[in-house]
Amino acid sequence: MASATGGVITQFYNCVVLKNHKLVDDYVYVQDGKIIDPAKMFFDSRRAADVRIDCQGGIVAPGYIDVQINGAFGYDFSNDTDIIDEAVDNVSKGLLLQGCTAFCPTTVSSRPEVYARVLDHLGPRAGSVERGAEVLGAHIEGPFISPQKKGAHELATLRTAAGGLAAFDECYGLDRLRQNAAYVTVAPEVAGMLDAIPRLIEATGIRVAAGHSNATTAEATQALAGGASMITHLFNAMHPFHQRDPGVIGLLGAEGVRPFYGIICDGVHVHPHSVMIAYRAHPDGACLVTDAMAAQSLPNGVYKLGEMDVDVHDGNVYIQGTNTIAGAVITLAECVRNFARFTGASTVEALESATLHPAQMLGIASRKGVLSYGADADIIVLDHDLNVQRVFVAGKEATRENVIYKNKV
Amino acid sequence: MRLIIRDDPKAVAYYTANYVRQRINEFKPTRKRPFVLGLPTGSTPVEVYWHLVDYYKRGEVSFRHVITFSMDEYVGLPRSHPESYCAFMHRHLYDHINLRPENVHMLDGNADDLAAECQRYEDKIKEVGGIELFLGGIGPDGHIAFNEPGSSLESVTRVKTLAYETVLANARFFGGDVNKVPKLALTVGVGTVRAAREVLLIITGAHKAVALAKCIEEGVNHMWTVSVVQLHPSAMIVCDEDATLELHVKTVRYFKSIEQVQEQLIGRQHIGLKGSISKLASSDPADSFGSGVLPPAAATASKD
Repeated sequence: MASATGGVITQFYNCVVLKNHKLVDDYVYVQDGKIIDPAKMFFDSRRAADVRIDCQGGIVAPGYIDVQINGAFGYDFSNDTDIIDEAVDNVSKGLLLQGCTAFCPTTVSSRPEVYARVLDHLGPRAGSVERGAEVLGAHIEGPFISPQKKGAHELATLRTAAGGLAAFDECYGLDRLRQNAAYVTVAPEVAGMLDAIPRLIEATGIRVAAGHSNATTAEATQALAGGASMITHLFNAMHPFHQRDPGVIGLLGAEGVRPFYGIICDGVHVHPHSVMIAYRAHPDGACLVTDAMAAQSLPNGVYKLGEMDVDVHDGNVYIQGTNTIAGAVITLAECVRNFARFTGASTVEALESATLHPAQMLGIASRKGVLSYGADADIIVLDHDLNVQRVFVAGKEATRENVIYKNKV
Repeated sequence: MRLIIRDDPKAVAYYTANYVRQRINEFKPTRKRPFVLGLPTGSTPVEVYWHLVDYYKRGEVSFRHVITFSMDEYVGLPRSHPESYCAFMHRHLYDHINLRPENVHMLDGNADDLAAECQRYEDKIKEVGGIELFLGGIGPDGHIAFNEPGSSLESVTRVKTLAYETVLANARFFGGDVNKVPKLALTVGVGTVRAAREVLLIITGAHKAVALAKCIEEGVNHMWTVSVVQLHPSAMIVCDEDATLELHVKTVRYFKSIEQVQEQLIGRQHIGLKGSISKLASSDPADSFGSGVLPPAAATASKD
């Protein structure tokens, strides 16, 4: 079936397709790992579909993109420094089967030695059935964050940007950032940070998110002006909303360009009403994230997150012996369903919050998070209750038979 | 010619699609003997195509051995433009059925040598054995394809400058801006349509009424190019009531009565798809049909 005009052509039919911000009765054609234009296929290449996939009336959408996930299946990207490749490997494959076709492995605040050991292994890597979901680059959360808003991060690792770019170089290595990082989370009010943000962006090309911060709205606004384009887990680990100084949260009401915001929709990290308020304030900015940690998909028990012990208990995760939420164990597919329920958002808006918006935040919306011609063929088929039925990465179907991964424990 | 009058455009589209389906199935096309179909664009054909797609999806017709030729295409419009006829045909028909890409022939409005492209098209039609059934509509000025008033009735596939009225009519597809409508098009000729073994015209709407009247009640005339159907041995027009508004009452009654006569005196089962009559019906099994005596009215049953 492969020929001078390219490889096997697959057609998804009997489906509604997420296209141009609508669900439309249409087909999706895939060839050589990309979504192709059927008119060009028909008139220029003179080809018809070789393989046809009956979607049984379901929804065809881009694969989900998770830009904040610390680990899963027992693995942790900050802690499993000796087996980091094994961690990335198994998490990539496990996530793929859940419908997440691309993600940013996230590190919590760590010492420079840890970054030196793991960052080079968390860099961009194409998705495939053999290797799992695409790695979009690391999300480096901390250690340039506020000690008052460190959440589950370890205090001793935190630092300031008083040294400017040199501080980042010393902590991560600027080259390492450039090659492997998708974005970094910082607190705008940390010493030296407001000056450093634009210089960091210019030097490395990575994106900057505000999070784990007590910043005032004025400081947050300045960070935005300096190039910050994302808020990390809105509401969590930041100054609560105050009517006269809404802090980082206030950026949702800013004039002009407003940032994207990650938001955890497990119903635990953020009250459903708060999710609704954020969505109504800035629907186009919502990026659903799991912030999942190693215990995701593992049974109840005690596990390690970064350099701390946490307690997994029936869907909730706390730092052992405290009431501080350590992370989540939800899947992105569940987040999408919850988000739709919490906010009343349409199916299109709920799906776009886990596909288009994360891709836009990372500046890759021409090839990810969309079903446009030329985009990567990372596709999920869902039923109308938004349960993921089938997953395709780079045009090939990922199933339990051909994607084999293991839990660390 | 046959004039089939139905209540509204929906019924017209259904009749036409059903007819095309039956024609293809009766023909039993094969790789060596394909069914060659000429196809138009336009709003009424859209509904015909919808029905054909539906028949295909239900397994009631296959396009595997059907070859298609489109009537026309704008010059200079990129194929990817949503208003190009390639995009139209793909969107409404080709993308949904099992027509093989190599069996689909469209005029290339972006060819370097337009005259050579037109010749290639004519040659291709001959190569596949000529067109078995040419579907078409008419413009308000009575043109078929883009054979505007003044086109030779023997014309072949060629480049045509569009009449002002046509440009105006098409502006609605280009955001209402007449300046965006292409002014040149490649079109099959009147002669090309005449050469088809059967012609089926779909004509709906009051705005087509004058053209329909000119084309079937008056003479064959190059100002109303569709009038050539009067000279075609196998022509059919399917129209709605609104399109008959300018016809004489006598004309409309005549064509409606033909269908009634066929039902009552001949019976559907004895009438071939293209109107041939195998024998006459008889409600009384002991009737004198066997004796060779025919009821007077049935003597004029042939209408070609």
